[in-house]
Amino acid sequence: MNVARWTFAGLFLALSVSIQAADPNAIYAKGGTNPAAMACATCHGAEGEGLAAAGFPRLAGLSADYMKKQLMDFASGQRANPIMQPIAAALSPEEVDAVTTMLASKPGPKVERISRAAVAEEVGAVIALRGAWERNIPECVACHGPSGVGVGKAFPPLVGQSAQYLSSQLIAWQQGTRKNDPNDLMGHIARSLTHDEIKAVSEYFANLTETGAGR
Amino acid sequence: MNARTSALLLFALALPAHADNIAMEDQTQILTDAVNPASRQYFQPPKLSELPDNAFGKLVQEGRAIFVDTKTYAPEYVGNGLACGNCHLEQGRQANSAPLWAAYAMYPAYRKKNDKVNSYAERLQGCFQFSMNGKAPDATGPVIAALTAYSYWLATGAPIGQELPGRAYPEVAKPKGGFDLAQGEKIYAAQCAVCHGKSGEGQTSGEEYVFPALWGADSFNWGAGMHRINTAAGFIKANMPFGKGGTLSDEDAWHVAAFMNSHERPQDPRLVEGSVEKTRDKYHANDGVSLYGETVNGQILGKGF
Repeated sequence: MNVARWTFAGLFLALSVSIQAADPNAIYAKGGTNPAAMACATCHGAEGEGLAAAGFPRLAGLSADYMKKQLMDFASGQRANPIMQPIAAALSPEEVDAVTTMLASKPGPKVERISRAAVAEEVGAVIALRGAWERNIPECVACHGPSGVGVGKAFPPLVGQSAQYLSSQLIAWQQGTRKNDPNDLMGHIARSLTHDEIKAVSEYFANLTETGAGR
Repeated sequence: MNARTSALLLFALALPAHADNIAMEDQTQILTDAVNPASRQYFQPPKLSELPDNAFGKLVQEGRAIFVDTKTYAPEYVGNGLACGNCHLEQGRQANSAPLWAAYAMYPAYRKKNDKVNSYAERLQGCFQFSMNGKAPDATGPVIAALTAYSYWLATGAPIGQELPGRAYPEVAKPKGGFDLAQGEKIYAAQCAVCHGKSGEGQTSGEEYVFPALWGADSFNWGAGMHRINTAAGFIKANMPFGKGGTLSDEDAWHVAAFMNSHERPQDPRLVEGSVEKTRDKYHANDGVSLYGETVNGQILGKGF
């Protein structure tokens, strides 16, 4: 009787674990249960490092809460993207939790921390470290942290992303295809940036290396 | 990778270039609309690119570094998580954000705060003791020398002893019905918490504060000008949310300023005989609108930490 009860309890436990704990590595490498939830690794790289040439962003080391919000916003269309919309819609909440937690635990890029105290001469560095306050454009690092390493769940890392990805997002905000930032904090800035500034500041963050830039 | 995935990838690769072209066409108009002509009415400090490459230029740069990253460049004088640049935006250049170019030429000046004529060095020392909740650097030492040089340079061409437009923070009329802490709490949650945290604790990157703490042990103390609700309302109205100054109504600026300053923060270093009541009578009773020594939610504010 006791043995049977324990066996049953064990079976029940095993079953509930297999339902609740989606395997993040399997989702990432092979896709979710729903076939429309295609494998993340196809576009975001085996280690979540992204695919710079195609503008597919790095995911490794980003805040799990930030990534969860992006997936929700892809599904709802607040962040319009024809590739990510069906994928985000097909992931279950458990799968989203599992895969974002796994990605957040991966290391972010190592970079020398460059603050507003650094010298800034080129256009990209000036926008990043000084802003253009006559147009209400704050220094990028004022919210995204020194070297744009990212702060909390609302201000994602800029360093470690490709210039293609960063500029495509700023343009998406300008055009209104991305409007999922809190209180239009990023949207109003993007709309005030010139094309040349977008290109320069995207390259500035993309080119920050371990030895630093803007010195 | 199947054929469908490949097609999607190709589509995605084509997207950024297409988006680029549209953005370029729209650019001129967006920029023209975004430029604020009002900014030109204020005194224009010199550009960093005009700074001479000599001993003076070097001292000015040192001052600027201390100003924007105070804890790194003058750590022994900072007792909280703030930097000068938190309350003086755009590195001390922004009009209506207590710009250094408007302050420098107004000293020496009498200050009620310590009831004497203060030199600019003494004014800077006050910032460290109150806003930075720290220690005053020596008036003849390198920190004050560098900050003075930075201020002097920003004020290049500014008239001496003349109040310039954009000086300090603007006066914002108190709401007719007074301030409302419950209303302030709602505004805080909707507009401020994303950067400054749910409980005013700020946000850090590693050890370093990126968004300053608005109350609590790592914020400015009860002697700092920003603890006055009227002063904070002026700062908030002109400068907050960050990059979106002027978007809150006068009433909302007051409500949220009052909410911020209805929380505990480090003690006023001028504390009289260990008594909050005596300190209130001497320094706070006739100095703007303050909750120091007042009871909020059953707690007397001003005990410090």
